[in-house]
Amino acid sequence: MNSIILSFENVTFTYTQEDASVKPAVQDLSFSIQDGEWIALVGHNGSGKSTIAKLMNGLLFPQTGKVSAMGQLMAEESLWDIRSQMGMVFQNPDNQFVGATVQDDVAFALENNGVPHEEMVLRVKESLHQVKMEAYLDHEPHHLSGGQKQRVAIAGALALRPRLLILDEATSMLDPQGRMEVIETIRELREATGLTVISITHDLEEAALADRILVMNAGQKQLEGTPDEVFLSGNELTTLGLDLPFSMRMTHLLQEAGVQLQGEHMTEDELVDELWTFYSRK
Amino acid sequence: MMEKMIFGRFIPGDSIIHRMDPRAKILFVFVFIAIVFIANSAVTYGILLGFTLLVVFLSKIRLYFLINGLKPVFILLIFTFLLHIFFTREGDLLVDIGFIEIYEEGLRQGIFISIRFLVLVFITSILTLTTSPISITDGIEVLLGPFKRVKLPVHELALMMSISLRFIPTLMDETGKILKAQMARGSDIGSGPVKERIKAVVPLLIPLFVSAFKRAEDLATAMEVRGYRGGEGRTRYRQLDWRFKDSLSLLVLAGLAGMLWYFRV
Repeated sequence: MNSIILSFENVTFTYTQEDASVKPAVQDLSFSIQDGEWIALVGHNGSGKSTIAKLMNGLLFPQTGKVSAMGQLMAEESLWDIRSQMGMVFQNPDNQFVGATVQDDVAFALENNGVPHEEMVLRVKESLHQVKMEAYLDHEPHHLSGGQKQRVAIAGALALRPRLLILDEATSMLDPQGRMEVIETIRELREATGLTVISITHDLEEAALADRILVMNAGQKQLEGTPDEVFLSGNELTTLGLDLPFSMRMTHLLQEAGVQLQGEHMTEDELVDELWTFYSRK
Repeated sequence: MMEKMIFGRFIPGDSIIHRMDPRAKILFVFVFIAIVFIANSAVTYGILLGFTLLVVFLSKIRLYFLINGLKPVFILLIFTFLLHIFFTREGDLLVDIGFIEIYEEGLRQGIFISIRFLVLVFITSILTLTTSPISITDGIEVLLGPFKRVKLPVHELALMMSISLRFIPTLMDETGKILKAQMARGSDIGSGPVKERIKAVVPLLIPLFVSAFKRAEDLATAMEVRGYRGGEGRTRYRQLDWRFKDSLSLLVLAGLAGMLWYFRV
């Protein structure tokens, strides 16, 4: 099934409507996301990423253009229905933890949507199992690591059985280990359920895992394509203030230094493989 | 010193008191506070003290721990005791050493008031020690339920309480970080005259406030995205379970009141 789950049509949004001299935060943006895709939205600070996230779930409405999700046009009337089908995880692990314990927090969205008690208990267990946090049911947030808190936040979103999960810089405040935990969780979730994921990030290593990357700059879409296609334009990304993954930077530097490497390397393993077989293949 | 304080602390456990319904415990404490004032004689105060010690025993919280944790309260207790002893001038003169005159009635009053005070502090401490803050919040929300009719925002109050409780450790951590950051910049909070010390708190509070507001904003967004629309049409994840032993505890309290009334002078 290849239906469109979210689409932006010529969307423009400005925070300062009265002042025309200020550039809009998002300018004439169009894209659509298929059911089951993993999309990465990348761009450095001020590129309009966070505004797009807020437009996606109706925290903001565009001045011109249309945002539709789950086949409905985003409007005051359809807002809550759309929100109940999409989960969202934010940047700061502490500031999105509403409940007093892990299970209360996961149940929060369910309570809001009037899910009956018996069903809630099942769903809380199920979604904590999906993020491997079922052993922490009664833990309080200050006894969890950042990565664990983000996984609880993902469980909280999953409990509603959404069709779309939006990660708004969900890994940017975590240490490397926490980041790995969260990315690994998302990857396993995608494998198990085929959930549609939009990850908004400035970490190209995270973006490299996606099916498709949208590169944003100054409120406009700069590039779009699979990770391989996007990373081919390496220098352009660097001028947009984005850091290429380490393995790709290494490849470029080696090529500049005259080492005849073939192609691009998205992961460190690929690069290592090429390097250790380099001499024998020559 | 803060570690020893047991005000508002919760000690997880599995005693009969721990397992009581929070609603029953809150009601119990309020009724108990009213009942304490029935007592007016040696026998009745004896009964109260005995009953309180029984509750402490049932809660499986060590008496030593309780007394140790309530040390600051004892200073207040001794103070009121002395006040009564020195300023009540009724009954027979017991002690007369120069300017110190202690009367029988003063001693009686002093002991009674002290017992009353002690019993109240013990019972309320047992409530908070055996009930998690979130359960207390749940209990209060349900108990205040009837007041929704008179437009009291019960659900909002309970949510405010639980969110405040949830953020206390977070903000404590934050305070610690800011304190270290300011110390690293050469601010001296721990010493100097009082006026200087109060001034030194300002650079601590302002960043804390700024960050608290930022957190509040983020939290509001996160709540809205997760479908929070106020108390209407919401279901509850935590279910309270009123059992026979909860009714029984209130019956026991009624019995206590009857006994106190009977032995009252």
